[in-house]
Amino acid sequence: MYTQGLDQKGKESPSASEDESRLQQFQARVDNEEKIEPKDWMPAKYRNTLIRQISQHAHSEIIGMLPEGNWITRAPSLRRKAILLAKVQDEAGHGLYLYSAAETLGISRNEMMDQLLSGKAKYSSIFNYPTLTWADIGAIGWLVDGAAIMNQIPLCRCSYGPYARAMVRVCREESFHQRQGYEIMLVLCRGSDAQKRMAQDALNRWWWPSLMMFGPGDANSTHSAQSMAWKIKRFSNDELRQKFVDATVPQADHIGLKMPDPDLKWNEDSGHYDFGEIDWSEFMEVLAGNGPCNRERMQARQDAHSNGAWVREAAAAYARKQADKSSKAA
Amino acid sequence: MNNEQWPLYEIFIRAKSGLSHRHVGSLHASDADMALDHARDLYTRRGEGVSIWAVESRTIIASDPAESSALFEPAADKIYRHPTFYEVPDGVENL
Amino acid sequence: MTDPNSVLFDYLLRLGDNALVTGQRLGELVGHGPELEEELAVANFALDYIGQARMIFELAGKVEGKGRDQDDLAFLRDGMDFRNVLLVEQPNGDFASLIVRQFLFESFYALQLERLMESSETELAAIAAKAAKEIEYHLRHGRQWLCRLGDGTEESHRRTQSAVDALWRYTGELFVADDIDKSAADAGIGPNPETLHKAWIDSASSALAEATLTIPENEWMAGGGKQGRHSEHLGFLLAEMQFLQRAYPGATW
Repeated sequence: MYTQGLDQKGKESPSASEDESRLQQFQARVDNEEKIEPKDWMPAKYRNTLIRQISQHAHSEIIGMLPEGNWITRAPSLRRKAILLAKVQDEAGHGLYLYSAAETLGISRNEMMDQLLSGKAKYSSIFNYPTLTWADIGAIGWLVDGAAIMNQIPLCRCSYGPYARAMVRVCREESFHQRQGYEIMLVLCRGSDAQKRMAQDALNRWWWPSLMMFGPGDANSTHSAQSMAWKIKRFSNDELRQKFVDATVPQADHIGLKMPDPDLKWNEDSGHYDFGEIDWSEFMEVLAGNGPCNRERMQARQDAHSNGAWVREAAAAYARKQADKSSKAA
Repeated sequence: MNNEQWPLYEIFIRAKSGLSHRHVGSLHASDADMALDHARDLYTRRGEGVSIWAVESRTIIASDPAESSALFEPAADKIYRHPTFYEVPDGVENL
Repeated sequence: MTDPNSVLFDYLLRLGDNALVTGQRLGELVGHGPELEEELAVANFALDYIGQARMIFELAGKVEGKGRDQDDLAFLRDGMDFRNVLLVEQPNGDFASLIVRQFLFESFYALQLERLMESSETELAAIAAKAAKEIEYHLRHGRQWLCRLGDGTEESHRRTQSAVDALWRYTGELFVADDIDKSAADAGIGPNPETLHKAWIDSASSALAEATLTIPENEWMAGGGKQGRHSEHLGFLLAEMQFLQRAYPGATW
């Protein structure tokens, strides 16, 4: 997901000085579905896990603006241009809601920006893939936002109040994102042969990376258990991935597209789709910085940030001047 | 980096007349005008508000949850503050 | 005697093209702004302009009566048939340049819209009323930024003054009335742009002065955009914008 459980090396051991009874009280609150709010006592590991998860989520939204933002100036109709602008704008907004939620845990926006731009922080692997055609915009809305929704709806019930509330807001806005993506694909599939080919090509390139968004298989996800206990994570990676496949295959059938997976087939006994092996080596390479667009994404954000430094300084300087003026006048 | 630091503002939105302002989140801005503009863009894009309050986060004074029992629990046993505490005989109206 | 419908059509194209080209330029900033909150704001402005362009083009297509819709007009005309002013097709440049360009155009556009709200063309008047509210907000944002950048740091002042020096020559065109402008004014469709100049120069001068910026002394003004003679920039803008429709003629998207 946008929160693929990346970077969770469990560096902190539970502090021996953390009062055992406070930990128990905390767990009791979480078990009771009480929300934890910013100034409440929380275990250091809970705080740090959340900071990492929420900031990764925020970074993903911000980086995610780039592959789609690419096509704003080339959108094939004014309506599509307007919709894409609104979608990318929503993504900026989601990033901002999430940075805001993360800041309640004691980390600043500047620190998080530094972590992102220095390459220390991770963001969802999916955004390291290129948008080569207009159909990619459809595929991203349909598959990537579709996958995100799967994860985000349960997070609306996450134990940490500000994160849960941010997710409620995000989910309200997200359903239009998926629908507009599917509509793009639908129209292409009803169009010319060249358009159908464009749609199938986009699906071929985005399907497997979308499945990888859900993170490593449960057998290889060693830190999920604690996150589940603390209600930061509510379903396992494999569960969500299966749900996504089951929901999406019929959608593809409906418009005459085929997933690029020869092993994909309906399993009558299990009531789910069986699907092929994911190439986890590709996933690890992309996470390590060797995806098609990792460098370009980082460069774009670094450039924007450094090119914007004089602007931010000017605004701060002006604000100081105004404050000085009014305190002198007072 | 410090030169460009924009302070954090907490944002409160009144969704429509008759309702109170509710806290919706925070954002960074260099001054009050910008805070309002950004709040409008970030929190009212879908027509969700008629009024915005932006408050610099550092000026907010918050109660300490660790003291919540001292602050809040004594009220729980002063049940005479609740209308249901008092007996009203049947047949008496307008009370 | 010019056909009144064709006067209205040309007049609408000028309005629509200004909105479309501005929206296209603002859309380029997404992903590259100086702060996330600003990207959000600029994306909002781009959306406002694209929305205005869509409404104006739909009306224009109706008036022309040849079955052209908003996309035909936006994607299938070549540069010499575009009627936007030169100012709006200038590249974004740095953030100062974007803010200055937007301010110089929007301070004019706000005045134009105020008069268009009284247009004898009721549909245009309605579009103008909606656009006027949007532009009022853009201007508020723009004036604040003009001050922050003009009166911020030495570097921001230098960049903003450069932008004013470079873009001032495109402001003249906004107030030159040609035959179409005069016919439109006679018909009550829209204001004679010459009549907007005084109010504009007053408000622009005061805003620039407040931002500690000066107006360049060179009085030469560029022109021709409204008549289809554009700068070199428009060709590149259209190539990018129109590519898909040109590569897949007749397709539905």
